[in-house]
Amino acid sequence: MRVLAGLRLLLWELWLPVALVVVWWFVSASSTSPYFPPLSRIWEAFVENWFGPSFRVDVVPSMTNLALGLAFALVVGVGAGLLLALFPLAGEIAEPFLQFFRAIPALAVLPALFILFGTGSTGNVAAIAFGAVWPILLNTLDGIRSIHPSVRLVARSYRIRPYLLVTNVLLPGAMPQITVGIRTSLAIGVVIMVGSEMYVSTAGIGHFVVVAQQTFALADMWSGILLLGVIGYALNVGYGVIERWLLRWQPRSTSGSK
Amino acid sequence: MNATPAVQLRDLGVTYGGATGREVLRGIDLSIAPNEIVCIVGHSGIGKSTLIRCIAGLQRPTTGEVLIGGTAITAPPATLALVSQDYGRTLMPWLRVGENVRLPLRGVGLARAVQDERVAEALSVVGLVEAARSYPWQLSGGMQQRVAIARALAYRPQVLLMDEPFASVDAQTRAELEDLLLTLQRDLGITVVLVTHDVDESVYLSDRVVVVGGRPALVREIVEVPISGVRDQLTTKADPAFIACRTQVLSSIQASKDSGSAVGG
Repeated sequence: MRVLAGLRLLLWELWLPVALVVVWWFVSASSTSPYFPPLSRIWEAFVENWFGPSFRVDVVPSMTNLALGLAFALVVGVGAGLLLALFPLAGEIAEPFLQFFRAIPALAVLPALFILFGTGSTGNVAAIAFGAVWPILLNTLDGIRSIHPSVRLVARSYRIRPYLLVTNVLLPGAMPQITVGIRTSLAIGVVIMVGSEMYVSTAGIGHFVVVAQQTFALADMWSGILLLGVIGYALNVGYGVIERWLLRWQPRSTSGSK
Repeated sequence: MNATPAVQLRDLGVTYGGATGREVLRGIDLSIAPNEIVCIVGHSGIGKSTLIRCIAGLQRPTTGEVLIGGTAITAPPATLALVSQDYGRTLMPWLRVGENVRLPLRGVGLARAVQDERVAEALSVVGLVEAARSYPWQLSGGMQQRVAIARALAYRPQVLLMDEPFASVDAQTRAELEDLLLTLQRDLGITVVLVTHDVDESVYLSDRVVVVGGRPALVREIVEVPISGVRDQLTTKADPAFIACRTQVLSSIQASKDSGSAVGG
């Protein structure tokens, strides 16, 4: 019964996108505009590129950089957020600076980061990490601060050991907000990944799209844009699963929003 | 009573906001014997929770000291467990019931098997064995408060401190929890200090009732409850001795209210 209901929901969600793609396919079939090639041509390019050599040359480095950058952002963001929450005075002093750095568009910092870290993948990773760290850090800090005082009081009165306090009280207590921060960081990370590749890299999906555009290989360009859309969507869906697992202790009605 | 008191308050006073601030408690002297069950009653907002936090070692009194088992404390002592009113916020929502009970037992050198045993035992005492794998939000308010009590019991305290523990549960559950507390206190031989604003509850549960009142709050009167043997909700509450005590406590609270402003300063 539940499988059937799930299937019905899936169909209900899928019919519109599927219909739009079909319309696109047939409407564009006779297109002679060089800017909007027929979907069939884009699809051919898509298969040729992304199931071909470009996968290894462009997709693998892009995704590796994204994964590394986000991993750095996660470790540094949660770690620093935790420390700043544990030492409230430091948190108070640091907060305006953090808000300032968060407010700088990470794309504007790209030139400086590439000077510092070189134009190789280190530069890309640094740029992604720099852009993605702030939402995670600020949400961790805020999440721990907003844990109810009664919870902290109980932990104190039972003399909970510091590492248990961190792993069993503070981080889980802040988790609803940390997951929100990660979701924001994920989106920022993808933008910076593409942006930094367009800016200086010699590989990556962003680089591929720019080169395709500059050489008027517009079907290739569209195939790259399409791939980025698919990747962004897949990351969001995949992260939704992780998020539900991280917040599995919450009543169903309040978890898994958005 | 020549043994070392389980809990002793000496000239305890709390003033918020420095020397010119608001004096909440003044000169509280109280000595509680091992295995005794004592209720502290008074109007709400009188400083009972401040008093509890001082006894729990969560707050330093402005004057005087708190001794637990004969030792002056400056931090939460290991021999004391606290159960507070808002059970909904003192259980960790992200830990299953069993893990909530286990948390204070972790990291203190107890073998996992011993922890398991204590958790199972504490949950069975409060009748919640089958809830061990549930999350707190899946339980009713009364059940959550029983989990908080189980957590305190598994910790094996010598002193159980309770801050309005039954204030936010319904009347029927409240009566059950009161009787559970009496049974546990008798069987385990622990000292219980319970703060409440409910006069009936205080007399029903206590060996002695401490009436606190006025601004700043002082100990107004200590009423002995001369009811021996096992208590129960029906006969005890109809007992003339119970009614006499209740009247005494009530009038003491009334008196403290009337004289409150005169003492204030």
